[in-house]
Amino acid sequence: MALTNDIIQQKLTNKFGDQLSQWQQPYGMLTFVAEKDINIRVLQFLYDDEELKFQFLTDLQAVHYPDNTGAELCVVYHLHNLKDNVRIRFKVFTDIGKPDVFTATALYESANFMERETYDFYGVNFVGHPNLKRILNVDEMDYFPLRKEFPLEDQTRIDKDDEMFGR
Amino acid sequence: MNNEHIILPEGSLEKQTTTLNLGPTHPATHGVFQNILEMDGERILKATSTVGYIHRAFEKIAERRALYQITPLTDRLNYCSSPLNNMGWHITCEKLLGVQTPKRVDYLRIIIMELARISDHLICNSIVGVDTGAFTGFLYVMQYRELIYEIYEEVCGSRLTTNIGRIGGFERNFTPKAFEKLEKFLKEYPETLKEFDNLLRRNRIFMDRTTGVGPISAERALNYGFTGPNLRATGVDYDVRIHTPYSSYEDLNFTVPVGTTGDCYDRFLVRQDEMWQSIEIIKQAYQKVQEFKGTDADIYHADVPAYYLPEKKDVYTKMEALIYHFKIIMGETEMPVGEVYSSVEGGNGELGYYLISDGGRTPYRLHFRRPCFIYYQAYPELIKGSMLSDAVITMSSLNLIAGELDA
Repeated sequence: MALTNDIIQQKLTNKFGDQLSQWQQPYGMLTFVAEKDINIRVLQFLYDDEELKFQFLTDLQAVHYPDNTGAELCVVYHLHNLKDNVRIRFKVFTDIGKPDVFTATALYESANFMERETYDFYGVNFVGHPNLKRILNVDEMDYFPLRKEFPLEDQTRIDKDDEMFGR
Repeated sequence: MNNEHIILPEGSLEKQTTTLNLGPTHPATHGVFQNILEMDGERILKATSTVGYIHRAFEKIAERRALYQITPLTDRLNYCSSPLNNMGWHITCEKLLGVQTPKRVDYLRIIIMELARISDHLICNSIVGVDTGAFTGFLYVMQYRELIYEIYEEVCGSRLTTNIGRIGGFERNFTPKAFEKLEKFLKEYPETLKEFDNLLRRNRIFMDRTTGVGPISAERALNYGFTGPNLRATGVDYDVRIHTPYSSYEDLNFTVPVGTTGDCYDRFLVRQDEMWQSIEIIKQAYQKVQEFKGTDADIYHADVPAYYLPEKKDVYTKMEALIYHFKIIMGETEMPVGEVYSSVEGGNGELGYYLISDGGRTPYRLHFRRPCFIYYQAYPELIKGSMLSDAVITMSSLNLIAGELDA
């Protein structure tokens, strides 16, 4: 019996109830939002359940939504069930002022670098991570460059004095 | 570990090990990686990896670029197989935009992608040979990488960072010269690959050097997020081409080679067998391409006027073409809202693109799932307890590419 999105949604709803929300299927991939305190419980349940067996962490990254007050940062997990070949995605939203999210490193070794990268660029503080420091940027950097408040190449900036190209 | 082999400098009591910096610019690492090794004599006790030396902030840059301008950024991820990255990106965009590519385009893409896979594996395997002291094989196969690059050149005009293809297809049809070179490649390359195979596959010295070096079990490999040849060497037959077929891979017949122990020798064998499979795939795809006759043989792109540049002569004579040309070049086309994850089997594993569009002209967020970056975490575990020279061949058999590591 093939594992379908409906079965996954049913099982998760039975387990976690309304702590999971915003069920969607963009381009066929089941997507939902979990409350941030239960992200590890969701991961663990998806990992352990006999039928679900989502045991491969494909990808982990963050997205910044500056207008989403109180839940500006979004951590996105992509999981893959290699046996039934089903992928799902779930998201956890967190306040940018207190961006604490539990780490997935206890479950997945692969989360180590991915969480460090996410911390490096978005400042998500992964609670319990064994070595949460910058990975791609220099250690001295004191901001999180992929956040939306750092626009790339603003054409109207005036702090650059470039006589040749007039800006 | 045998303690009596440790020779301590006189008077040193506290520190019994040596710290050694392997990298950032060590010739044996073939790239910019730093590994701080804690050594007991020749044995590695602990390794700490530092990455990020060639980080170029592609994800940030991509947030201000139109879709077609991101293709050159993907070139620079795994620069040993740029066409694979380019195609992966086009396929992602096509998924977001809902573009259906013609079959001929799919087969042409498969030809290019498998050529790229061969050139990627060729480098990796011949470099493993070089690191174990066999330089000859490297020189044998290099002329065929050159030939592959000439085919790229015939198709897109460049060699290393290819920027090949466009959203919906290719920038131009393959020339007869390109097919001629492809036929030459298909005719001559298997002989050389056989020769290269003979040099190393059952070579006693090479086997002794690589068997049991840097092994990893299937469970650990999955936990570490391995994909591609490195995962298949442990015995897991996960291949994106089979699991989530894209670009009509489902029409072709091929097998997925797997190993058992996940050591350097198995990784070498898996890559070697994959090259043989790639040749078969190219032959099948080429045959299918040849079946298109007449006007069908002129199809090299899908009909997506909003994203695919019109022909130059139309731009000068037709109003509509001029408008599309202008809008594409200036990046003024609005994308549909959506989020899409799409992946292809890259040279090193699952190369994924996670693209979020908020309906603007540029991606709201683009994340590259770089296989190198993810499996490199396992490197300290792989080399723990081994000799320094084993660490070097473990690194080259993992096929670490600095560009893919750092994005």
